[in-house]
This record gives sequence, structure tokens and C-alpha cells, in this order.
Amino acid sequence: MRLSEHIYRTISSIRGPLLFVEKVFSARLGEVVNILFPDGRSMDGEVLKIDGDTVLIQVYGETRGLDIGNSSVVFTDTVKKAPLSIDIIGRVFNGSFLPVDDVPMFIPEKWASVTGFPMNPSARARPEEFIETGFSCIDGLNTLVKGQKLPIFSCAGLPSKELAAGILQNSRLAVGMGRFVVVFVALGLTFHDYSFYMNVLNEIRTGFVAFVNMADEPVVERLLSPRFGLTVAEYLAFERGMDVLVVITDMTNYCDVLREVSTAREELPGRRGYPGYMYSDLASIYERAGRVKGMSGSVTMIPIVTMPEDDITHPIPDLTGYITEGQIVLSRELHQKGIFPPVDVLPSLSRLMQRGIGECHTRGDHRKIANSLYKYYAKGRDLRRLEAIVGKDGMTDSDKHMLDFADIFEREFVNQGTARRDINETIDRGISILKRFSLEI
Amino acid sequence: MIGHIKGISGPTVSVDLKGLRLYDRVYVGHAMLAGEVIRLEQDGAVVQIYENTKGLGIGEPIKGVGMPLTVKLGPGLLSGMFDGLHRSLEKLREEMGSFISGGREVYGLDHLKKWRFSPLKERGADVKAGEIIGYVEEGPLKHFISSGCDGRISEIIDGEFSINEPIGKFYDGREIPGYNEWPVRMPRPYKRKLPPSEPLITGQRCIDFLFPLARGGTAIFPGGFGTGKTILEQSIAKFADVDIVVYVGCGERGNEMAEMIEEFTTLKDPWTGKRLMERTILVVNTSNMPVAAREASIYTAITMAEYYRDMGYHVLLLADSLSRWAEALREISSSLEEMPGEEGYPTYLASRLSGFFERAGVVETVSGKIGSLSMILSVSPPGGDFTEPVTQACLRIAGAFLMLDTSLAHRRHFPAINWFQSYSLYERSLADYFREKISHEWNDLKQRCREILQREEALREVAEVVGFEGLQDADRLLMVVAEKLRLEFLSQNAYTDDAFSPPEKTLSKIREIVEFHDNAAKRLKEGIPLQEMLKM
Repeated sequence: MRLSEHIYRTISSIRGPLLFVEKVFSARLGEVVNILFPDGRSMDGEVLKIDGDTVLIQVYGETRGLDIGNSSVVFTDTVKKAPLSIDIIGRVFNGSFLPVDDVPMFIPEKWASVTGFPMNPSARARPEEFIETGFSCIDGLNTLVKGQKLPIFSCAGLPSKELAAGILQNSRLAVGMGRFVVVFVALGLTFHDYSFYMNVLNEIRTGFVAFVNMADEPVVERLLSPRFGLTVAEYLAFERGMDVLVVITDMTNYCDVLREVSTAREELPGRRGYPGYMYSDLASIYERAGRVKGMSGSVTMIPIVTMPEDDITHPIPDLTGYITEGQIVLSRELHQKGIFPPVDVLPSLSRLMQRGIGECHTRGDHRKIANSLYKYYAKGRDLRRLEAIVGKDGMTDSDKHMLDFADIFEREFVNQGTARRDINETIDRGISILKRFSLEI
Repeated sequence: MIGHIKGISGPTVSVDLKGLRLYDRVYVGHAMLAGEVIRLEQDGAVVQIYENTKGLGIGEPIKGVGMPLTVKLGPGLLSGMFDGLHRSLEKLREEMGSFISGGREVYGLDHLKKWRFSPLKERGADVKAGEIIGYVEEGPLKHFISSGCDGRISEIIDGEFSINEPIGKFYDGREIPGYNEWPVRMPRPYKRKLPPSEPLITGQRCIDFLFPLARGGTAIFPGGFGTGKTILEQSIAKFADVDIVVYVGCGERGNEMAEMIEEFTTLKDPWTGKRLMERTILVVNTSNMPVAAREASIYTAITMAEYYRDMGYHVLLLADSLSRWAEALREISSSLEEMPGEEGYPTYLASRLSGFFERAGVVETVSGKIGSLSMILSVSPPGGDFTEPVTQACLRIAGAFLMLDTSLAHRRHFPAINWFQSYSLYERSLADYFREKISHEWNDLKQRCREILQREEALREVAEVVGFEGLQDADRLLMVVAEKLRLEFLSQNAYTDDAFSPPEKTLSKIREIVEFHDNAAKRLKEGIPLQEMLKM
């Protein structure tokens, strides 16, 4: 603990969001600093690297107007912390944790480090409680469970936000009386999307907390907002026993900032210029989802990733897929056919589904129906390739039958518009389609 | 020895402490974070820190321990769960709750638990380092305890002891401890290495039949995400025919580990009927735990594996995934500002990997027993692209390559092992074993199986142009049989009873399919239409 405040005017260089400060006496890694601009503004920053008495600082804000000589840096001797209280529910904050809903800041009950601590693997409880999202393609074939992290892989122009909104509005726990809260984190959101999401959030009865960084707001804040959101989520889940659903949109913007800072630091770039530590960095966000043994709350996460160039092997979706427990993949082709949600069930996957379905979670016949639907649809999709070569007329009746099944499956099972379907309806619908085509279940 | 921190960059810290040796263990900062010296310079050293460095300040003290990173080896390792530094996760949980806040020294072994020691050497006996002097019962196994050094025994107990009590004394007054402390980066000694000659039965038909693994061998399976690496690793951990399994969750998901722990405590080992956890050691360093500890975790694990190998057991080390280890290496290397090789990985990636792989093998131990250490490691190539450096470096050293195929996984064919690209270098040396010990048909059936799959591939291309109905009857039959082979033989559902297939079952299944083909082909020649046969 330092007894006096340390103020330095020894900025030696400014490079985008980064500052070098020299002759610093005793800095800490991750220490929060306050940067005072010549015009009286002030901004937060964080110590990224220390080399002797030279300190590298990342500024959480626009560095325009900063100079060498007059600007000063105050070292605060603490790491970044988030204020927490139960009163946070219903509030909207910006990327610096300042309220933007015209209500004064709440009185914090406690403060917690925003990076959190890794959950002890032996303390994790196995996620197995079914969450009903109301969408057949998710509930039926890629079931979401409490404590899971299941990203939505979208492409530019696809209705990922309508799907996310649908999940926010319709999600329900099949069992459990606990309170359900949504933590919404927006990174680089356009105003158009912002007003859309705010309408949705305001309709959620159980409550929400939002962290919104707009598209024209400082980009470096995007590195912090998801961590604020998750710190709040962990607090609500593991200290207040609530079931928290965290929706983060859009992780692609997050990774781009990570790359921006990395290049400014002149680090060695990895694939496509993204830093080599992006896997660990993303994991430090995604892995905060989970359940803890002996506690009632849970953190479930739905990050939204827009795949650049629709490419699932791009580093952002690729590394995300390696960390998360499955993925929901949206397809441009289905969207063009007018199907909503345009979820392509073949590359989609929920790794924790096997534990969350069946007799005591959903229904005894769930697994069987899901497997059959998947199998026949995959067959039908395979045959579409053949159809492109030989034409439908050149195919056998049984092949045509499978092709028709794939079409009907897309139009009647996957496609549901904005209507909510409960799990019974989803499974029954699956059975009726299979029966109509007299397929073995 | 106390020095001070001069600089901090990610997981590495530079200090002004002199007199350290390379790979010495150090304690850093007021929080006493564990670290290891990775570079020495004229006026100080660079240390990698195994815990989160956030909040660490310039000028904080650093203390050298004077010894490298070691693990304590002794009874009580089995069914244990450790982090990359060999700290017991259960004990960490007792001490600091559900989240790991760092800076805490917790021992891997339970120091209070009493073990019943039965000596195998008598008073007055001369023992050499590594020689077995007695054993304790640890779960289903005899846990042999060996002497750490040469000497003549003057006292040896026959009864209960706990780890921190000696089990005897030498004539020169030195105590004989009941545990062994070993630096993780140093392979444990053995008398000599033997070539692998026995198969490692995994219970996975595709592996055992087409690409057999050997006890003492190494295998990698690379695959993009969603190709079922983890499920396959876990299935092998459950069903492999070995005495002990060491499983490393290296930079992977926490929820998966929770699932695995729960399963392993309830499931039974199909070979002995005991609970699986009793033969398993888990080393867990999930992706959000510090990267330097991830780098150390595979060494911690293999040292424990070697320790049990030295008792004459068959040990299997499974790591999921080696790519995360390589990434940790890259992260540390880049914070040291080393000159990078391919894709930013350090140029010593391949040599580190081969050093690690060579710790596998069948050995005659110092005490004259035969033990084996096999390795099955998963690799997660970015974008599913096998030309990346980690996969390529592994390919040069691993004995078997099981390629997991994204398109098979999309068809929900699991395990998604591609039967054209994969290979096992042990196949030839194990052929005799399978012929003699399991069945004389084994190798012929395998040849038939390969032929059917290859023929199918060729016919598939034709079928895409002319359609299935356009093929000749014999070819259509082959397509039907190949499909049967893929669906009923090569794929195995990990969630049903079929998850484990002993060699006898594997053999009878393949025999059935090949016989079906032969019979049908014969009747086809007799003029019976294919349609009729398929209806049956």
C-alpha cells in the first residue's frame, strides 16, 4: 500500500491507445491509472507491461488531445474492480461502468476484481439442467443447459440479433424456481441495433443488466465490458443464487480490439494478425460460464460471433469453437429461403446435450427423435449435392423421398418465425414429420 | 537468496537475483507466487510465473528455493486430482473455496493419511537407488516404494506410516522417506528400453482393428473442433487395457472435466470391475488457468506416469490437448521476445516435443520389472488445417496418426477417424500378436475390410455421376456392405453399451459383415436378385 498518490508527467510516447511513461517508481501489472488530459478531461488506463522504470499503459478511451509534457498519469495502486450490488438489476451502463440510463449510480455493496479467478475444476458441477429457449432447432437438436457456453456463429446480414432476442424473451428453465436474470453485453453496437435490443430487454420481466459500448465509443473499452458483465454475472449467480444468462454481442469486435492493441504493442502477430494469446484471452471470458457444486446459481453464456467472410475456420470462430461447448451455426442459404431462425443443424452442436435431455430433463424419447431427425436430414442434404448433378428426375423414388423430407424438415421444424414452441411441441412436431414420411424412429 | 522484480511482461518477470540455476523454482512477490527460472543473464534472471501476475509490482521480493520444480511421488496419487503444479485441487477447494485465487502452497499428497507398509527387504540388506524395498496397498494395486539412494538398511518398519514419517534408516544414519521427490523436467531412469510388442487395446474397434496402438507407443489424433477429440480421449481413458491412466486436461474446458470426474467416480473399469477413478490420476489445467502452469502440466503428469511405470505397471498418459501446451510455450516465448519460428511458435517446439514423446516406451526398470508408458495425445489444429507446425512436428515422432475428420463428424460418424489418412506404425510388429493371441483371421479380415472401404470410395465417385441405381449389382452390394461396415463396425456410440468393444466382439462383428458380403456375392452369381437379398 502506498501512502501517497503517484503522479507522473513523464509520458515519453503515445501510440494509438498505448502510452509509455518513464521513471515510474513502483508500478504494478494491471494497476489502474488515471490519465489527466491538458484540457482537464480524465480517463482510466491499465498497466500492461513494466520494464524497469518504463511502464506501458493501455488507455480505456480516445487518446485524442493527449500530449507529452502537460498530460499526467496518476497511479492508483489497485487493479480494476467492479462495484457490485443487488440494485444493479435493471440498470444500463456504458463500457466504463458508468450509468447511461439517467439514474444515479447505485451504492456498491462490494467490489470485485474484473478478471475474476478461475473456477476450481473440482468445484464445478456438471451442467445438466435443461433451458428451454423456445426454438425447436435449439431445444430439439442442440439443447442448451444451465452453465453451458453456446455461441451463435452468424454471418454479416443474417438475423442473429432476432435469434438472440428470441432466446432472451422466451428462455425458461424447465425446472427450478430460481430467479432468471439476463446480463447483456454489447460491444461496438450500432444505434439501430441498440434501440432494437433495448426494446427487447425492457420487456423481460425477470430483469436484466446491460453494458453497452456503442460503435462510436472508445474501442479499448470493449476489452473491459465483457469482464464487467461477467463479474456481475458471477456475483448474481454465486452470491445471490440466480440463474444468469449472459449474451455478448459481438465477439468479433472484441477480437478486433485485441488485435489492435497487440499490433500497437508491436507483438508478433499470429494467424491473420490476431495475437498468439487470443485463445487464452478468449478462454478467460468464456470459461467463466458454469455451475458450482453446492450453490444454486449458474452462469450460462451465449456469445454471438460474426464470421468474417462467412468462414468458420477464421481464427475468431475457430478459437471460440475450441473453447465453447458447441455452436449454433446460421446459414445464408436457409435465410434466403425465408426460414427463421436460419439455423443449419448439421454443423451446429451442443456438447452438453446428452446430459441435459431424456426422462428427467425433457422427455424419454427426445434422444431417439433427435438422432433420427438428424440422420435423415443429413441424408437428404447429401442427396442435394447429387440432385445438383443428375437433376431430381434422374433420382430414385427413395432418394426423392429423402429430398422432400429435408425440405419439409427445414420448412416445418427449423422454421418457426417468432412463435414460441415448448419442448413437447418440438418433439411432437419432429415425430409427426417423421411419421408423415413413414420413416423409422 | 532474495532479490527484487525489475520488469513484468505477461507471465514472465525479470529479476535482479544472482546465483540462481536454470529451471530453479522461485517464489515471487508478496503473494509468494510460484515460478521457475527460464533464462539467466549477467545481472539477473527471467522467471516464468505459474499463477496470475495481475497486481504484481516492481520492487517486490523474489526468493530462490535452490531446487527445480519437483513433484512428490508416493502413495495417494491414484484417484487424485491435481493442477499443473501438482497441487491437490480438492485441498485448494477446501482452503479457498470454489475459485482459485493463487499464491498458496498445497501439497499433492495427503501427509496425514496412514498407509500399511510391508517391507520386501530386511535389515542389513544393501540397496541401490531405485530398488524396491517394500509396498503399500493403494486401491487395487500394490504401490511399490523404492529407495532414493544407495545404502545398507539398518531399520525398516513393518506397519503403518504416513508420508512425512520415514520408513526406515540406513547404517550411516540417513532416513529412508516413504516418498520420492523428482524434478519434472528430468526423465526418470530405467535399465533399458525395449521395443513395443504388445497391443494397447482401447476398446475402440476402428483403432484396435485398423490402426492398433502398442503398449509403450505414442499416438496423436488431430482434429478440428467438434470432431470428438475429447469424447474419444475419455472413452480410451475409460476402456484402455492398462493398469493406470494419467489424464491431462491441458488448456481445455472446465465443464468437461466436471463431467469426466463425475463419470469416472461412478463407472467401472471393464477389465477389473473396480471403480475407474481408482486407476486414474487427473491433472487439470483448464484454459482459463495460468498459461505457465499449463506448460508445466504435461511434465507433472508424465513424471507421475513414469513413477508408476517404474513399479512395473502399464501406464497410459492421455493429454487433451497438446496444441494448448504448444500455445502456452508460444506465449511464454513471445513474452521473452525470442525470435519466432513458424506461426510464432518458438523454434525449439519440435525438439521439446520429441524430448517429451521419447519419455514413452516399454522399459526394464531399475528394479528389473517390465513396465510401459504409452501416450495418446490430441492435437487441435487451428481451422482444422493439418499443415500447421504442431501437427507437423508431432507427425515426425508419433507412432500412430489417427486423423479426425470434420466431414465424418458432421455425418455424426464417431469416432470420426478417417480410415484412408490415418496410419499406425505398430501395425506390422503387432500383426503376429493378433494372429497368435486373438485369431488367425484377424489380419486377413483387416485386409478385406480395407479393400471394401477403398472400393466403396472408388464406386462413390461413379455413383455420383450415374446414381446408385446405375451401378452393377455386385457393386451395389459392395456399397451396401461398406455402409454396414461404417455404421455398425467403424462407428461406436460413446453413450451406449457399444462404447467398449473387446477384441472378441470386434472380431465377431467384422467376421459377420465380411461373411454377409461373401454369401450375398455367391448368391448373386447364382442369379438371385440383389433386391431380394437386401430385404432379408
